Amino acid sequence: MKGFILSFRSEFYKTRKTMAFWSAVLLPLAICLLLFFGFLNHSDRLVHQPGFMLWLQFAGAILAVMGSLILPMLIVFLAYSVNNIEHKAETWKTLFSLPISKWAVYSAKYFYALFLTILCLLLFMLFTLGFGNLLSVLNPALKFSEYHVEGTLARIYLKLLLSSLGILSIQFLLSLLFRDFLKPMGIGFAATIAGIIMANVGWKYAYTFPYAHPLLTIKSIFPSRMGENSPPIPQITVDFFTKDIVVSLIVAAGVFILGYFIVLKKSVK
Amino acid sequence: MVIDTQGLSFNFGNQQVVKSLSLQVPEGSIYGFLGPNGAGKTTTIKLLLNLLKTDQGSILIFGKDLVANRISILSQIGSLIEQPAIYSHLSGRENLVNRALLLQVPESRVDEMLTLVRLKEAANKKAGKYSLGMKQRLGIALALLPNPQLLILDEPTNGLDPNGIIEVRELLIRLVSQHKKTVFVSSHLLAEVERMATHVGIIDKGELLFQGSIKDLEAISQPHVQIEVDNTVDVANFLKKQGFTVTDISDDYLQIPYLSKEQMGEINALLNRNDYQVYSIHKIQKDLEKLFLDITQKA
Repeated sequence: MKGFILSFRSEFYKTRKTMAFWSAVLLPLAICLLLFFGFLNHSDRLVHQPGFMLWLQFAGAILAVMGSLILPMLIVFLAYSVNNIEHKAETWKTLFSLPISKWAVYSAKYFYALFLTILCLLLFMLFTLGFGNLLSVLNPALKFSEYHVEGTLARIYLKLLLSSLGILSIQFLLSLLFRDFLKPMGIGFAATIAGIIMANVGWKYAYTFPYAHPLLTIKSIFPSRMGENSPPIPQITVDFFTKDIVVSLIVAAGVFILGYFIVLKKSVK
Repeated sequence: MVIDTQGLSFNFGNQQVVKSLSLQVPEGSIYGFLGPNGAGKTTTIKLLLNLLKTDQGSILIFGKDLVANRISILSQIGSLIEQPAIYSHLSGRENLVNRALLLQVPESRVDEMLTLVRLKEAANKKAGKYSLGMKQRLGIALALLPNPQLLILDEPTNGLDPNGIIEVRELLIRLVSQHKKTVFVSSHLLAEVERMATHVGIIDKGELLFQGSIKDLEAISQPHVQIEVDNTVDVANFLKKQGFTVTDISDDYLQIPYLSKEQMGEINALLNRNDYQVYSIHKIQKDLEKLFLDITQKA
């Protein structure tokens, strides 16, 4: 356990000045800020909406961008970055000749990538709430404060996190094995596009494909928004035990363990 | 023995790069691991650090089996493999602090190391901007940081200027003589190894050709006296008459086996007394290539 904590701290120390770390902070800030200004500019059109609908539109717009492309690609990038730092500096051989177990080195790196993903999603949530409330402060006619969205939003982001764990494990392993940029990034990008298509065309078995999970999650949260028979105020339900989440968790755990055995067997060049 | 391997072998695919190596590195020695590029030195070092899985044979370090006691053994080893592994986006100091964090070494030790390898002034510069020599010195500092009992260094003087080479050499000698460390250092330069090592192992094409103390090696790598004179043929004939063996002769110089400094002085005086002008006279070492030939022929 000590080796894990030391390695985890070292991961932070190494990346604290790199894009690996800052992308997890700046991306939520940039996207939420962009939508904040968009809403501020068009506030005259939104003043008549009830608080619930305002949140639905504001948070929904952020979630729609996130779930489809940004979250999977960010994970592809994070998984690549935390491994690339060792590929680039040729430090795998040093890491594995330190008196720290291979398990600690490997799992600390994986959990650091997971930590960055959680940090990013948490900031997405906090910025959504912060900027939403800021909108109603700047323009009191926008009644964001009418409705409390915190609990719902937290559940949505938690489900989004669970839905992305499969991608994280796969990308982490790919980035660990391949030192060049193109393989993990290329595979990740192609798979994300494939996932978006699968989820959008509503393919029956899309839930088996990890890269489709974030978008499936988003779609499952706002199912009947466009439907003709939908109620005037849509219901938001977050069901954690869906098929895609189960697949995501199984893939995440399976690939993570597989990765450890590969590290154990692999010679360090 | 600090390092004791028996029948150590390793293959890359079908190619056997380390062949039944039996290394014996005594405690408190500077063991020079000598061999040309591609002889299997780095592979052997990676085997000693458990980075590569041994195909055959055993490795005992500090008398314990390496595979079974990996962590406790590695905690007493400092290593530098190939080019130093340094995070170029971090400063030299941050590289050391990061390692200190991992190894739970007090941060004061970082400053000691920076002073030791003379990087104090460049400590806050990004390591990516360091010269090759500075990177090498930082690599040595990283290896020394945990104050290890055994230091394994792969070509530590690569890329260093003459001053740097002398410094590293003196540092290693000091570590062994004053701090009772053991140093295992690889090199492709015979002269380099001869200047600091107490023990030598010579490897070529994955095979250990020679292993023993530096005295044993000197017996094989017999040095010569090279004399530069105007008329080498006349001088050679003269020296032969005086009972010397001339082993090599060219237009510019001739060589005779080296026995002692005094004898070298006598030859100089003898030639001068007999009106042969001596342009230069000095001791030379056999180069590694010739040494290998000698060793393989004797074997």
